[in-house]
Amino acid sequence: MAYVAVKGGEAAISNAHRWLAEDRRGDPAVPELGADQVREQLSLAVDRVMSEGSCYDRDLAALAVKQARGDLPEAIFLMRAYRTTLPRFGYAQPVETAAMAVRRRISAAFKDIPGGQVLGPTFDYTHRLLDFRLAADGMVPDAAVEAEEPQTYPMATIASVFDHEGLLESDVPSADTGEPFDLTREPMSFPAGRDQRLQALARGDEGFLLSLAYSSQRGWGNTHPLCAEIRLGEVAVAFVPDELGFAIEIGELTLTECHMISTGAAGMETAPQFARGYGLTFGHCERKAMSMAIVDRALRDAEEVEVAAPCQDQEFVLYHSDNVEASGFVQHLKLPHYVDFQADLQLIRRLRREWFDREAALKEAAE
Amino acid sequence: MSPASNTPERYYNYAYLDEQTKRMIRRAILKALAIPGYQAPFGSREMPVPYGWGTGGIQLTAAIIGPDDVYKCIDQGADDTTNAVSIRRFFAQVADVAVTEDTAEATIIQTRHRIPEQPLKAGQVLVFQVPQPEPLRGLEPRETETRAMHAYEEYGLQYVSLYESVATYGRIASTVGYPTMVDERYLMSPSPIPKFDNPKLDDNEAILLFGAGREKRIYAVPPHTRVRSLDFEDYPFETQTWEEDCALCGARDSYLDEVVLDDAGERMFVCSDSHFCAERRAQGHVGRMADHQLAATPEKEPAQ
Repeated sequence: MAYVAVKGGEAAISNAHRWLAEDRRGDPAVPELGADQVREQLSLAVDRVMSEGSCYDRDLAALAVKQARGDLPEAIFLMRAYRTTLPRFGYAQPVETAAMAVRRRISAAFKDIPGGQVLGPTFDYTHRLLDFRLAADGMVPDAAVEAEEPQTYPMATIASVFDHEGLLESDVPSADTGEPFDLTREPMSFPAGRDQRLQALARGDEGFLLSLAYSSQRGWGNTHPLCAEIRLGEVAVAFVPDELGFAIEIGELTLTECHMISTGAAGMETAPQFARGYGLTFGHCERKAMSMAIVDRALRDAEEVEVAAPCQDQEFVLYHSDNVEASGFVQHLKLPHYVDFQADLQLIRRLRREWFDREAALKEAAE
Repeated sequence: MSPASNTPERYYNYAYLDEQTKRMIRRAILKALAIPGYQAPFGSREMPVPYGWGTGGIQLTAAIIGPDDVYKCIDQGADDTTNAVSIRRFFAQVADVAVTEDTAEATIIQTRHRIPEQPLKAGQVLVFQVPQPEPLRGLEPRETETRAMHAYEEYGLQYVSLYESVATYGRIASTVGYPTMVDERYLMSPSPIPKFDNPKLDDNEAILLFGAGREKRIYAVPPHTRVRSLDFEDYPFETQTWEEDCALCGARDSYLDEVVLDDAGERMFVCSDSHFCAERRAQGHVGRMADHQLAATPEKEPAQ
C-alpha cells in the first residue's frame, strides 16, 4: 500500500542512505574520484562552493562537491552547515585588492589602461566545441608561454585611472566604523545597509543573481552597466590578534573582483559622475562577480528613486537570494502534509456538497 | 565508548549548538515569553538539516534540552513519520537524551503540524516547527510593512480577508494555520496546525514555543495565556468534525487522517496522533478495522 511508504522507520532511512552512498560511488570498476582531483580539476566548482558556502577552504569544498555527487547547492549547504559550527576569533583586516597579485585583469572602459589588459585563464574567446581529446586519458597540456616582461606591481586599479578628474564616485569609507553587519549572526533587517546587502549578495545564488542582473539589463531597473574592471588574483589576509596588538599575515585568498560603472546620468545635487556597483567572490567566479556588481548598483538605485523593478527591491532580492534557504523550503514540500491536506479535502468536499445542493435548488425553482 | 559516541554528530558540542548560540536563543525565548505572540528576531544558525525541515524547532530544542529531559518528536501527529524519526535520532545522538513516544512522559515535545490529543501538563514544553511565522504574510509580502502593522496593532486587513472568505464561500474557509489573537494583543500564526488544534492553544498548562529557522523568528505562548481564534459574531469559529470515527481505535473526538485503501474509492480514517491511538487500543478500544496492518506495532528503533 503506497500510503504506508510515507511512514518510515529507522531501517528505511538507513537503507536509503546506504543506497545513496552506493549511487555516489557509481560503477566500482571505475577508479574512485579523489577529493584532490576535484580540488585540482573541478576547481571552478570548488570556487563556487567556497563563495556561496562562505568558507574559504579548497579541500573541504572539494570534499563537499564529492560528497554531494556534484550537486553544487547541496555542496554549498554542506559547507554552510560545517562553517556555522566554527569558533570565531574576530574580523580580519579588510583585504586590499589594489595590492592583488593579478592573474587576470581586464577593463571594457578603455582600449588600454595602465598595467594593460591581461586575459589570464579564461573561457572567453574559446570556441565552445567539445574537445574529444579530453575524453582520452593522460593528456597534459603544454604550459602557457610566459610574458617576456613581468607585470607591473601593484596593478593600477580602474579607480586610480579616474581619480584625477573625479569622474567616478570614490570609495568613501562608511562613517560607521563599528563591526560590519553579519548575516550569519543576525537576522536580515530593513532598510538594509550596504554591508548587509553586499554580504547577502556574496552568499547569494549565482543563478538567481545572474537572472536578476539580466532582467536589469533588459530594462527591469536598468543601471546601464559598463564593466570597468574585473580582476582575479591573490591577496594577503591580515589579522590583529588581541595578544599581539599588531597585524600579522595569516594567509592568502584567491578573489574575483568586479567594478561596474553606471553610465546613466547622476543626480544634480553633486557634480555629475559615474556611480559604481561592486562584486567580490572567493576563487574565480566571474559570472557571479559581474552579476553581483549589477545587482548591487540596482539596489543602490532604491536609495534615490522609487522601486520599480525586482532587482531594485531590497526585500525581494535579499530574502530570496540564498540558495540554502530557498532549496530547503522548496524541497520541504516533500515532507508529509497529509494533516493539512485532510483539512483542505474536508473543506472542498463540504463546499462541493453545498454547491450541488444550491444548483439542485435553483434547478427545482426553475422547473 | 558507546557506539553513539563514534558517530560524526558527536564531534560537535552537546546538543550540537555551541553554548554562546544557545544563550542567544534562550534570550530570544525569554523575550518571546515576556511578549506573548510577538515574533522575536534571532540569529538563526545554519543547521545540518535543510531549512523548512524543522531548523527552527531543532534550534529551540537544542537551546533548552538537557541530559535529564525526555524527548518526543512528531510530524503530522505521528512518531513514526520519516522526518520525526530523523530529528529524534539527531537528539538521541547529540544530546544523549531519552526518547519516548509517550506524550505524558515527555518533557519536550517537538511537533510539526499537530498538537497531541492528550492535554499537556505544567512542566512540559511543546516546540513547534514553523515555516512562516508571519500570519499576515499572505496578505502583505513586505516584512517592513507587517512589522509596522503588528506595532500599531493594525489587523483590519486580516478581518477583511476573513470577511472576503465568508462572502466567497459562505464560511471562513481557513483550515490550517488559522489566525489567532494572543492575549488580545498580537496576531499570531499557530503554525500550520489544523484549526481543530487551535482551542488547545488557549489556556494551555505547558509552555508553547514556536521556532522559524529560515525566517529567523521565535515566538511563544506562556502557560495559561488566552489564545483566541479570530471569527465574527455571526460566523463563529468552528473546528473540523468527521462523520467517521477512527477505524483502528474507534475514537470519535480526535483528528483523523484519511487512508486510501484501493483505487475504487474505498478509504478508512485513522487517528493522526499515533500515540493517542495506540494507547486507546491498548486500553481495549476497538475500531471497525482494528486488525488492519496500520495497527501493527510499529518497528522499534534499535536501542541507543
